[in-house]
Amino acid sequence: MTIPTTGSVLVVGGGIAGIQASLDLADSGYRVVLAEQSSAIGGVMSQLDKTFPTNDCSMCIISPKLVEAGRHLNIDLFTMTDVQSIAGEAGNFTATLRQRPRFIDMERCTACGECSKVCPIDVPNDFDQDLGSRKAAFKRYPQAMPSAYTIEKKGTAPCKAACPANPSFQGCIALMARGKYKEAFELFRSEHPFPGICGRVCHHPCETACTRTRVDAPVSIMALHRFLADWARQNGVTFIPEKKEAKTEKVAVVGSGPAGLACAYFLAIEGYAVTVFEKHATLGGMLSLGIPAYRLPREIIDEEIDVLRELGVDFQTGVELGTDTTIGKLREQGYKAFFMAIGSLECKVLGIEGEEIEGVWPGMDYLLRTNLGEKIELGDRVAVIGGGNVAMDSVRTALRNGSTHPFIIYRRSEAEMPANAEEIEECREEGIEIMTLTNPVRVVETHGRVTAVECIRMQLGDPDDSGRRRPEPIAGSEFTIDVDAVVPAIGQESDWACLTDECACTLNDWGTMNVDPVTLQSDDADIFAGGDAVTGPKTVVEAIAAGKTAAESIRRYIVGEDLKAGRETPLVPVEDVDLSTAVLIARQSMPMAEPDGRKATFDEVQLGLDEAAVQQEVQRCLACGVCSECYQCVSACLAEAVCHDMTEQIHEINVGAVILAPGFAPFDPSIYQTYSYTAHPNVVTSLEFERILSASGPYSGHLVRPSDDRPPKKIAWLQCVGSRDLNACDNGYCSSVCCMYANKQAVIAKEHSDEELDAAIFFMDMRTFGKDFDKYANRAREDHGVRHIRSRIHSVFPAEDDRLRIVYATESGNNMEEQFDMVILSVGLAPNPDAVSLAGRLGVDLNHYQHAATRCLAPVSTNREGIFVCGAFQEPKDIPHSVMEASASAAAAGGMLSDSRWTLTRKRELPPELDVSDQAPRIGVFVCNCGINIGGVADVPAVRDYAAGLPHVVHVEDNLFTCSQDAQDHMKAIIQEKGINRVVVASCSPRTHEPLFQETIRDAGLNKYLFEMANIRDQNTWVHMNQPARATAKAKDLVRMAVAKAAHIVALHQVSLAITKTALVVGGGVAGMEAALGVADQGAEVVLVEKSTELGGVANLLNATWQGEPIAPYLARIIERVKTHPRIRLHTGTRVKRTTGSIGNFSTTLASMNGDQVETVVAHGATILATGGGEYKPDIYLYGSHPDVLTHLDMDAAVANGDKRLLLAKSVAFIQCVGSRDDKRPYCSKICCTHSLKSALAVKKLNPKKKVTILYRDIRSYGFREDLYKQARESGILFIRYEPENPPIVSTDAENHLLLDVTDHVLRMPVRLRPDLLVLATGVVPNANRELFELFKVPVNADGFLVEAHAKLRPVEFSSEGIYLAGLAHYPKPLEESIAQAQAAASRAMSLLSRDAIMVGGVVATVDSGKCAACLTCVRACPYDIPRVEEHSHAVIDPAQCHGCGTCVAECPGKAITLAHFTDDQLLAKIEALFLAA
Amino acid sequence: MTATAEPNILAFCCRYCSYAAADLAGSMRLDYPASVKVVQVPCTGRVDVIHLLKGLEAGADGIYVAG
Repeated sequence: MTIPTTGSVLVVGGGIAGIQASLDLADSGYRVVLAEQSSAIGGVMSQLDKTFPTNDCSMCIISPKLVEAGRHLNIDLFTMTDVQSIAGEAGNFTATLRQRPRFIDMERCTACGECSKVCPIDVPNDFDQDLGSRKAAFKRYPQAMPSAYTIEKKGTAPCKAACPANPSFQGCIALMARGKYKEAFELFRSEHPFPGICGRVCHHPCETACTRTRVDAPVSIMALHRFLADWARQNGVTFIPEKKEAKTEKVAVVGSGPAGLACAYFLAIEGYAVTVFEKHATLGGMLSLGIPAYRLPREIIDEEIDVLRELGVDFQTGVELGTDTTIGKLREQGYKAFFMAIGSLECKVLGIEGEEIEGVWPGMDYLLRTNLGEKIELGDRVAVIGGGNVAMDSVRTALRNGSTHPFIIYRRSEAEMPANAEEIEECREEGIEIMTLTNPVRVVETHGRVTAVECIRMQLGDPDDSGRRRPEPIAGSEFTIDVDAVVPAIGQESDWACLTDECACTLNDWGTMNVDPVTLQSDDADIFAGGDAVTGPKTVVEAIAAGKTAAESIRRYIVGEDLKAGRETPLVPVEDVDLSTAVLIARQSMPMAEPDGRKATFDEVQLGLDEAAVQQEVQRCLACGVCSECYQCVSACLAEAVCHDMTEQIHEINVGAVILAPGFAPFDPSIYQTYSYTAHPNVVTSLEFERILSASGPYSGHLVRPSDDRPPKKIAWLQCVGSRDLNACDNGYCSSVCCMYANKQAVIAKEHSDEELDAAIFFMDMRTFGKDFDKYANRAREDHGVRHIRSRIHSVFPAEDDRLRIVYATESGNNMEEQFDMVILSVGLAPNPDAVSLAGRLGVDLNHYQHAATRCLAPVSTNREGIFVCGAFQEPKDIPHSVMEASASAAAAGGMLSDSRWTLTRKRELPPELDVSDQAPRIGVFVCNCGINIGGVADVPAVRDYAAGLPHVVHVEDNLFTCSQDAQDHMKAIIQEKGINRVVVASCSPRTHEPLFQETIRDAGLNKYLFEMANIRDQNTWVHMNQPARATAKAKDLVRMAVAKAAHIVALHQVSLAITKTALVVGGGVAGMEAALGVADQGAEVVLVEKSTELGGVANLLNATWQGEPIAPYLARIIERVKTHPRIRLHTGTRVKRTTGSIGNFSTTLASMNGDQVETVVAHGATILATGGGEYKPDIYLYGSHPDVLTHLDMDAAVANGDKRLLLAKSVAFIQCVGSRDDKRPYCSKICCTHSLKSALAVKKLNPKKKVTILYRDIRSYGFREDLYKQARESGILFIRYEPENPPIVSTDAENHLLLDVTDHVLRMPVRLRPDLLVLATGVVPNANRELFELFKVPVNADGFLVEAHAKLRPVEFSSEGIYLAGLAHYPKPLEESIAQAQAAASRAMSLLSRDAIMVGGVVATVDSGKCAACLTCVRACPYDIPRVEEHSHAVIDPAQCHGCGTCVAECPGKAITLAHFTDDQLLAKIEALFLAA
Repeated sequence: MTATAEPNILAFCCRYCSYAAADLAGSMRLDYPASVKVVQVPCTGRVDVIHLLKGLEAGADGIYVAG
């Protein structure tokens, strides 16, 4: 028994290949998970300006695909996602996806862009290749899908992570840099209540952690937030945080130091009734009792405490817990929780003799009394003992109180002093002596008063537990200093008299309270503690953080939440910051009061930075986190979509198959010194140049050079940068697309230039090998004057006036140089490092170039069964080839999973449709504010009210966001409630939102065509932002026009057309057989027609693929499969005689080509034409008249048969481009260079001494085939280039031996060769099938090849729907590409044949037979060749085929044709309505 | 034809290209006169002479067909 497969596929990579694979699979019955690493799909194609060879706008052609993939019911889009692992087997895989947070809820985001507008962070715009900048809140590009913003956040900035209170410093700085001081102040205060206090006395761990330290010196973060507080004071700005709903629970905070105040602040914001009990008369604890006013002015403390009063905090001073009241009593009074923040104000003793003598003042006691207003005379000479801030404060206070010689005694060295460095420095400035490595051993008295202190010298020994070196006394070094007072300031402890018996909390050996380190909860559940009372003497900000932590714990405790959940992991600072771009700016120094003047007063010493200094300082921030967490976006987003708490998600999904389409990375030329790329702004990569040319790019499509924004007059393109190069980058392969894109860019650049632009392409071989590519390159050169310079670049040097001097060698070896205004580096398609690591995780083999290893005969299969590959990850290639492979990989995946098709797909359930055809119009108008995108410019209520007065309008309303889910639900209800039968939405663009609103009205029972939109955002308020009155008037005009048309619109009904689930494949070569097998393996029936009696076509004549895989066994295998496949009916020796019908239902008559001409009629839903091609048979170079002149295929036969001539030949020559790239066949046959290299190597393999010469024009060994070219050169094969004007001449000598004359371009002289064998690299010609193509009415180009629907995005189908193509009939191509194209055609056919029926009709043209004069105008006008006029009849337009363009309608002289939904009366109603006065 | 400083322009734009371009102008916050009004058509091929004439008759100072 076989295990059923899983009917879904994981597609990795959202570039054009991934999108196409997803669409094919989703359209043919599979659920698709599309995983994309970036925030939007579109890949590199969305970055391109134009595409070759049609010069189509890249965005214009990819955009409909983006929308289709983004909205597809069966494509689940996972952006910002990478694949971690894939377990299981083909058919049933389990994939683990890691989705990084977007920080914006995509369901809510309306892409209005308000978040981006307020975002203060500028980062290089990666979409524009870093040429411009974007915000941290951004949308990858205007048309990005999903149409939602993203916030780029690397993580927490180190300053924020290092500060115990975690305020968003980076956010404050970013806002300050934009002059948004108020917003910055509010941001700070919402996370930290005391910017003014901490801005003065903090020990600033933020600055210690600042990344800028790694460049020069940290950003002055403390001074910056002090500036905010000062700015707010000076400008009268207060910010009282918004209080949440008031709660009934009361909380008591004991102690009004920084910990207690912070806790009270945050609990008050939460809505709790908070009382702060303070035993002293003054609030502030250590802030006001310990720290002197010259460091922290009292009004700063008072004003910041006033904010708490505003928040409703009750302060009770002079109340001592344990004495005046107790916790027990407070519990009785209804207090639900307690925060013990009693600080540590009790001084530790020195423990030396004489400490009790008069004149010894414990430091804290001295400061406290002084700060409470007491005047204490210490005398002139004051020894302050200790190295912490209390010691510094004491000694400086003594100085200000009149002591002439206060000084510090400290037992360690200065490096170990715990005081702030600033304060030590300020002591010095004030003339205070610091005696280090000195320890007091005895206080000396005279008459009961201190007169001296005896000290001992110390030295530093080994480090102790704290890591500091332990001070040790030096024996015998005692000495005595005369002093008037001694102030010991060596530490403090807490006074726990407040803890009475009813408290169950416990103290530890250090006299601090035991609490949980995360929650600060004590052993008594309702008692919490923090600050110095828990940690011992620490810093202000640590106390504030403790208060903040306790507030959260108490909130949780009161509401009954888990106290610990989500709090245990600390913030992780960002480490990976790019320092290379940091501009050196000196750290601003803090202005200070003059030391002489300040010594006598308690006036503030540090004066604060002024605004000019602040603006300098903020520029120093490196924006480590990218997003600064300033939260401006949160308030700007009216849709409430911003969520800064989003976290990474891991998804485990079950899929049957996997398609890898991770694309490539543009080669980074920074590693080359020679191109001056990093050193010069006017040297750009080709992808950068695409962005320069793009209308939505950094220069709005103006061609200017980056150095000075001036239009360049001369531009050079340098080819093969990062391709065909083994020295610097190991990309030995050819990137295949660069020659074409350089020509395209040169042509487009010339179009962009007002003045004549000189464009020169420096190249080695011009590799324009694709369909219509050579013609394009020739036109570029001949019609547009693009110079093609065959050369080798030596170097690019900067020259005067921002120009560049290119030094190069010509083909003949001459050194030349020329100056240009700009240099474009045509960079190659390098392997994508993420794809390489993905392949490693998945066990997918890579080749030696780090691209997916595949075989020519299975071009989209990897080594791991069930994992397929497509696009540039497989090999560098252009867009159509990627799209083709994408479809091929979809066919391969679909073939494996056909048993589970439609098992996991979703289907929309719809209510029955109401018939409103006999009702008069009842129009509902919904006007959208789009947040403030519309409403902020136009007067939306006025527009709404205006709409109410328009004819037939029965309901009007305006919505904040009409597209939001609630607005949609409301719309459905109101349609039903008011009997609305036409809906008008005035909002954004129908391009993005019409399908959504149509779905909504359909859910309400209305036909989806009873809908009309007025584009009042994209085409009104966004383009007339500065003219609100005119925008309002225009909005009214647009609404009036929409309503006028709405009154004329009618329901349109599509009809279901059953499908014949059979494909007719014409052509039994490899392409035809692979297409037939692709369809049949996926479960549909196939009729395969081949006019000859044998299958295999031209492949029968080939030996091996370029990779060396033998073709014969492969061919035998697929012929056997075709012959025995139960779903393939084979008709050899048969031709197509007639065909009729349209998509889904064709009828084709086949006729056998033997005598009896038996006819068979086949009904089929799809047709695949794979009619093949063959070798051009030349009539030049003595072919056919001299036996030793062979074609490619003759040579293949000779190699296969071991032809004697080949074995005996001493010299073999090849002539390239025989029958290609000439006047008759102006196309490159693509395969010949590779074929000749392969044959030439085969000759060398027979005997390396054989002389082999290849005469060529350009060697076009594209992609990895370049390896063959390298091998050929290494093996001594000689290459001689010739010009078409001067082709080789083949003649014979008297003995009829071949003579080959050619002019060698390097030697510049004629060369005569005497080859024993001459191989002509003959081109490919399509098989002659003109009549057949006419039967199917498919177009053929001048060269006889079939013309696909679109050169880029529809490479395997015709514009007539239901007909597909593959193989040599389309264009010359190697076997691997024919196989991929055939599989692609099968995939496209299956997106049709996998269904039971298709819906046809809707917006299509219909003919009024009574009016039709059968004049054939419509037949001639239709770009899709759809209208038919049968004899003696009228025109017929098949609704299944009509594209709805309306060209026939406009052209019809009898007005016999109408286009539904765009009828004349509808359009005229709209036009006339525009000019009716509003 | 009315002689206004800012002529009333009626623009017929193809839904695939020029209408999308007009939306892009919005995304990029470009500025153009508010007197330009766009009517979306499925293809500029749908634009008939009658639409141009009626537009001019109704009051357009100029008509712009872009596709």
